[in-house]
Amino acid sequence: MMIPLADLVTILPELIVVSVACLLLVLDPITPSNKKDLLAWMSVATLGVCFMVTAGSMGDRVYAFSDLVVVDEYASFWKLLLYVVSGMTILLSIGYLKEERIDLAEFYGFVLLSLTGMMIMVSGADLLVIYLGIELMSISLYIMAGFKRFEAKSIESSAKYFILGAFSSGLLLYGISLIFGAAGSTRLVEIAAAVDARGLDDSMILIALMLVIVGFGFKVAAVPFHMWTPDVYQGAPTSVTAFMAVASKAASFGAFLRVMLEGFGGMKPNWSGLILGVCILTLILGNLVAIVQTNVKRMLAYSSIAHAGYALIGLVVAGWVGTESGVPAKGVSSMMLYLAVYSFMTLGAFSIVAILRRGGEEGEDLGDFTGLAKRHKGAAFLMLLFMVSLAGIPPTAGFIGKFYLFMAAVNAGLTWLAVVGLIFAAVSAFYYLRVVMVMYMREPSPDQEGETRLALSPTATVVLALAVAGVVLFGLYPWPLVSLTATAALP
Amino acid sequence: MSSGGFPWLTLVVFLPLLGVAAIFLVEEALVKWVALGVSSLVFLVSLPLWVLFDKSTPAMQFVETHQWIASPSINYAVGVDGISLPLVLLTTLLTPLCVLISWTAIETRVREFMVSLLVMETATIGVFAALDFVLFYVFWETMLIPMYLLIGIWGGPNRVYAAIKFFLYTLAGSVLLLVAIIVLYFYAGKESFDILTLSDAEYPAWLQALLFWAFFAAFAVKVPMFPFHTWLPDAHVEAPTAGSVMLASVLLKLGAYGFLRFSLPMLPDATQQFTPVVLLLSVVAIIYGAYMAFAQADLKKLIAYSSVSHMGFVTLGIFVLNAQGIEGAILQMVNHGITTGALFLCVGIVYERTHSREIADNSGLAATMPVYASFLVIFALSSVGLPGMNSFVGEFFVLLGAFLWSKAVATAAALGVILAAAYILWMLQRVIYGTPAQHVTSKLYDMNWREIGTLAPLAFFVFWIGLYPKPLLDVMHASVDHLVHKQAKAMVVDAGPPVSPQVIAANPSSPETGDTKADTR
Repeated sequence: MMIPLADLVTILPELIVVSVACLLLVLDPITPSNKKDLLAWMSVATLGVCFMVTAGSMGDRVYAFSDLVVVDEYASFWKLLLYVVSGMTILLSIGYLKEERIDLAEFYGFVLLSLTGMMIMVSGADLLVIYLGIELMSISLYIMAGFKRFEAKSIESSAKYFILGAFSSGLLLYGISLIFGAAGSTRLVEIAAAVDARGLDDSMILIALMLVIVGFGFKVAAVPFHMWTPDVYQGAPTSVTAFMAVASKAASFGAFLRVMLEGFGGMKPNWSGLILGVCILTLILGNLVAIVQTNVKRMLAYSSIAHAGYALIGLVVAGWVGTESGVPAKGVSSMMLYLAVYSFMTLGAFSIVAILRRGGEEGEDLGDFTGLAKRHKGAAFLMLLFMVSLAGIPPTAGFIGKFYLFMAAVNAGLTWLAVVGLIFAAVSAFYYLRVVMVMYMREPSPDQEGETRLALSPTATVVLALAVAGVVLFGLYPWPLVSLTATAALP
Repeated sequence: MSSGGFPWLTLVVFLPLLGVAAIFLVEEALVKWVALGVSSLVFLVSLPLWVLFDKSTPAMQFVETHQWIASPSINYAVGVDGISLPLVLLTTLLTPLCVLISWTAIETRVREFMVSLLVMETATIGVFAALDFVLFYVFWETMLIPMYLLIGIWGGPNRVYAAIKFFLYTLAGSVLLLVAIIVLYFYAGKESFDILTLSDAEYPAWLQALLFWAFFAAFAVKVPMFPFHTWLPDAHVEAPTAGSVMLASVLLKLGAYGFLRFSLPMLPDATQQFTPVVLLLSVVAIIYGAYMAFAQADLKKLIAYSSVSHMGFVTLGIFVLNAQGIEGAILQMVNHGITTGALFLCVGIVYERTHSREIADNSGLAATMPVYASFLVIFALSSVGLPGMNSFVGEFFVLLGAFLWSKAVATAAALGVILAAAYILWMLQRVIYGTPAQHVTSKLYDMNWREIGTLAPLAFFVFWIGLYPKPLLDVMHASVDHLVHKQAKAMVVDAGPPVSPQVIAANPSSPETGDTKADTR
């Protein structure tokens, strides 16, 4: 059987990324060790090419492979974001992997493989295709989490991630099998048709819906499915943590939203209340537990849980019934905007953690940040910006993200949810500002002087510059991003 | 508009940021000079606002509107009226003085200090000038970061606690403000965050009541009104002198300004309804602040509590809802900025010598520091409200307005004036004429020219406003009239013509305020 050429063209970016990923795995052993950087640059160049291909082909909805894959503006938006985030991860890793003495070029291959999985997730129009994307992403991430293979913490992180990830994949797959039993297909359009026909009466579909929500809840790290997050984030190499916290979360949200709206759009009353509950639990637990953390990486892990809670507000709005037309789309676009903004500030914060070294190790403890403003003014100031943005204080992008989310919530009649979100934003200011306080208001203790240093490679500088540009520019002039998310949102 | 098209206001708002860029470029030794030059230039550039201001209209002037975000429509819109103009000028006047007083007091990280100060200036002027509610909120929140750093980095021993307390109090207060802004946007249904558009819309009574308290939480913390004042003594005591001055003279005004700009015009019915509560809190603040000031042994804490008391007069004047009260409140805001700012500068000057703020360590200064003593007496008497000095005019107007609302309230508030005389004069007696503290006398020397230059402009304004407040009052007349008129209209709608006896019984203020606002001038 011939595969139609048009279908291959539709998934051209995926093909490019996966081919280069395989090529990297082949080239790695035959590249002399002093030339390994070339492979990293090759991956970055690939991402640049894909960025242009995707950006250039943005437009109408195109289905491929008999409706298994869909490419629309929604999918393209996520892909563009994922290219940027993956590129920044690779650039950050070039220096970081050398510092950690784990500079194998395989790493970049895994980043690209994982990226392929994510691209398939956001483009999948069939639950099984989405599942395949999730698995490709997750398995690559399991390996990357254990990349510091001489460190127990990293291996523990990898093992925990693998076990819990496999468990959640199993639940998701179980849900998919039930759906197949009820609808006779795993395609989103046909699921939607079956749901419309007899959704509420069919308990099999209801159970399947819950299992799908649990499965995605794991992937986006929403409470109560978040247990794996702190340990995995803390133990994994920092550039991998950043990649997980940003890219895997964005892709999971992208797929989650499409499945809920295009597959289960007919049962919005059934899931929007459920997700509302998850959303509030996530906001409460993520923010409260982050307060007591003394390890910055772990604190950022809880912060990423809390931010998943904010993003879920967008999903709740998208599923809230009884609203005027156009309101659900505002929920979708505000969630996309929020995750884009979140990506820049979180990557920035993790980058600072990655380049701050203490002896041969990462300076990830709050104590390592003591008096940072005295020793490394620039790094401290950037961290200040990222923390302020994460807390959602203007004029940074974090404020814009929250503003649009709360606009969407109030518009849908969920004013009280906006109030809850803002109260926890004020709570979060406490732990974000503690980092600022430690950096600016504590004197470096004498025994620390000279011990912590910045491993600032030129590529890491580029990453920081991009992150800070995202945080500041989208804070001062958010319109390009706002209009992009408004047009790319699912109706 | 009288602006002649030149964007004076934008220049005033963003010139300090240009200064920040310049500070990053020059070498360490020049930082202070650049900061002084830029902040003085900002003051000079703000003078045309005063000269070109058209006093006859309540309309916004020097208006500039540029689209910022297309959907939802958010604009970069700035403009001033008779209410905000005096506060903008107060800010531009005080910032260069803050730079001057920090000349030798700040020894570490001078660059960051000046940057924080100038970012503060941009944010505060932006708050006063913003005509778009989202823009207002952006400036309002932005200000927290530089102030947090000013207290937390250059403050006293307990600075970290004070800084985080300040930050969390004010942030928690503003949480509901953002929701209130968004709710207003949807209820007004005008697809606009423009403050004047939102002020013209009508809101149902139940919504007004909810929004009133959402606004109240944000503004009352900033003023600060009793019982939300507890962050203030901590922040003032720990902040460096320039931080205290900015805090007392400018930041506290933002809350009162918020009441004037948003609560009164947007929520007239709720304002009517809750006036008694706010007035009660104001009177409590006046007396409680004064009472607490008595007990303080620390000069900065004493002035901080006197601030609580004086700001009580401001909220009192605003919420009696008549022209006298509101004009008095605006005057009192300016006066408090000048007088309390000056008193903090005075404490800073003596702290630089003795490194103590205790009254006991700083007693009997008249012998060794005669010039300083003269200045301190001037500002202390101004704070008391001596006729011929600035505070007298403001407090007089506020009391006049309060008297029109209720004689009991005015009497209680007047008690605060008497208490102020007592604690200030007692403080003066000890600091100026007390027995010199032996262990610090050797460190004392009189003020140098820089310090005199810092205080002299403020002393000038103390007497100018005290003796001839007309120019300042003229600027605010039209805007305040407009505001009061709107309130009166809301009252008429409430009561429904003709005014029935039941309504008068339920709301004793309505007939009085309605009648007196026009003819007593």
